[in-house]
Amino acid sequence: MNLHLQLDMARTDFDVSVDVQLPAHGISVIYGPSGCGKTTLLRCVAGLEPSARGRVQVGHEVWQDDDPNGGKGVRLPTHQRAVGYVFQEASLLAHLDVAGNLAYGLQRSRNHVSDTVLQQAIELLGIGHLLKRRSHELSGGERQRVAIARALVTQPRLLLLDEPLAALDHARRQEVLPWLEKLRDDLNIPMLYVTHAVDEVARLADTLVVMNAGRIQANGPVSEVLTQAELPVMLGEDAGALLTGIVLHIDAQWHLAQVGFAGGALWVRDSGLHVGQTVRLRVLARDVSVTLHEATHTSIQNHVPCVVDAITPDAHPSQTVLRLRCGDTVLLARVTARGVHELGLHVGMPAWAQVKSVALVK
Amino acid sequence: MNLNAEDFQAIALTLQLASVTTVLLLLLATPVAWWLAHTCSNWRAPVASLVALPLVLPPTVLGFYLLVALGPNGPIGQFTQWAGWGTLAFSFWGLVLGSVVYSLPFAVQPLVHAFEAMGPRPMEVAVTLRASKWDAFFTVAVPLAKPGFVMAAMLSFAHTVGEFGVVLMIGGNIPDKTRVVSTQIYGHVEAMEYSQAHGLAGVMLVFSFVVLLGLSWFSRRQKVSA
Repeated sequence: MNLHLQLDMARTDFDVSVDVQLPAHGISVIYGPSGCGKTTLLRCVAGLEPSARGRVQVGHEVWQDDDPNGGKGVRLPTHQRAVGYVFQEASLLAHLDVAGNLAYGLQRSRNHVSDTVLQQAIELLGIGHLLKRRSHELSGGERQRVAIARALVTQPRLLLLDEPLAALDHARRQEVLPWLEKLRDDLNIPMLYVTHAVDEVARLADTLVVMNAGRIQANGPVSEVLTQAELPVMLGEDAGALLTGIVLHIDAQWHLAQVGFAGGALWVRDSGLHVGQTVRLRVLARDVSVTLHEATHTSIQNHVPCVVDAITPDAHPSQTVLRLRCGDTVLLARVTARGVHELGLHVGMPAWAQVKSVALVK
Repeated sequence: MNLNAEDFQAIALTLQLASVTTVLLLLLATPVAWWLAHTCSNWRAPVASLVALPLVLPPTVLGFYLLVALGPNGPIGQFTQWAGWGTLAFSFWGLVLGSVVYSLPFAVQPLVHAFEAMGPRPMEVAVTLRASKWDAFFTVAVPLAKPGFVMAAMLSFAHTVGEFGVVLMIGGNIPDKTRVVSTQIYGHVEAMEYSQAHGLAGVMLVFSFVVLLGLSWFSRRQKVSA
């Protein structure tokens, strides 16, 4: 059970051409710079781009399968594809209130069974108090929550989210993000999530698809893709590793929590964690340095033994990106090329990663 | 005001003509406006210009061509005779046809603006919520374009009431059949019946002012609520 997207579409700037298999669970984030074809890809999946050719398969349902020889093939119109689509900007139907917007999709979905679906969506997105309001009486964050709930009540097989946070300011993003995480954790609907924000990748992605100029550059489990050779260079200051770990120990005196992962452990700020909790950590490459021996007499709390796995030149000639393998986990470090030379670092060499800062992403 | 029976007949006929024309125009203008607002075809500019022609053509020119077309040897006349309706020139339905052509831009343009202002997004939203294109058109596009429909209806009605040249050319000013308010006023003035002309002219003046006032009030209210 998975998603198969094989699509070609001509555009004036470049052609979008992708062929990718994605898992049919969790969030697959499609990441890339603005204008790289991410939104076009999403629109093709929904059938909103009439000129797109190829194949769209969701589980066992084939939504589109064009005959390359010009034969009839399969092409379901958008309203027969079981998608939920959340557009980038507020897209509530202005002539209906919130309840009317939710009902619009509910009345037309294939099995308009139940008020339970509606109630679930209203509860899941916390919009019960907004039902009688019109679009212009809602904040940007509330509008997006309603738009997500509206997509859910059609009971989609696939949820498509096109930069749902891009039109919101920082505070509103923080307001909506937890609802998206809840969605991922509570529902069994695969999601394609388009964004150009790395923090959303770090927080939400299970699978990461990197796009550039209409092509897919990398795809796979997010922690693997983030530390693959070319991506750190492309991400610049945002380059970093994602680790999943379990809280092992709480140091109540210093408000720190120790998170263990396959290959080591890191101390992080205790933001109300409890022992045994699974957490996701983000370690930026610029916050990691390398020593040959475990450093003492330093304020830095986190030292992890590792092996140098790869040394890649960065965009600026003075900088180098190091891939450090700590057991089964990979960290990235951005260090100067001179530093690498002076320490005599080479692939396969044991070293210590010094981690100055760790961010808890969930 | 001393309006006689013929004046009242003319007023009744005018209102009837304007009502029928407005209904037909909305039915005709909606698909034309939808196409103009969405097409990328090379035919867009020629069709848009054709629709706008009555804005700049002298009504006599329009009336002349219509008269020729409706006449026994014209293409429309040939068709109506073949269908057993006789010729439409100098008849009520001839006037309706002329009014529809003459007021077409006043119905099409507000609708094009309304559809364009709406953008493609609401229709895309509707189809991703399982609405077919037709369903989406009637349940999303039409309600959202309601101000455009109101504007189109008011302008078509008022403009039809105010037409003169086309009516005179293809209507022939026959009492109770094709004599509308504007041609009745013309008749009064020709016959030096100035006091009767004053009565009808006053009615037209007040009517037109009220329509324009209503339009401006309506468009202001739309802006405030948007």
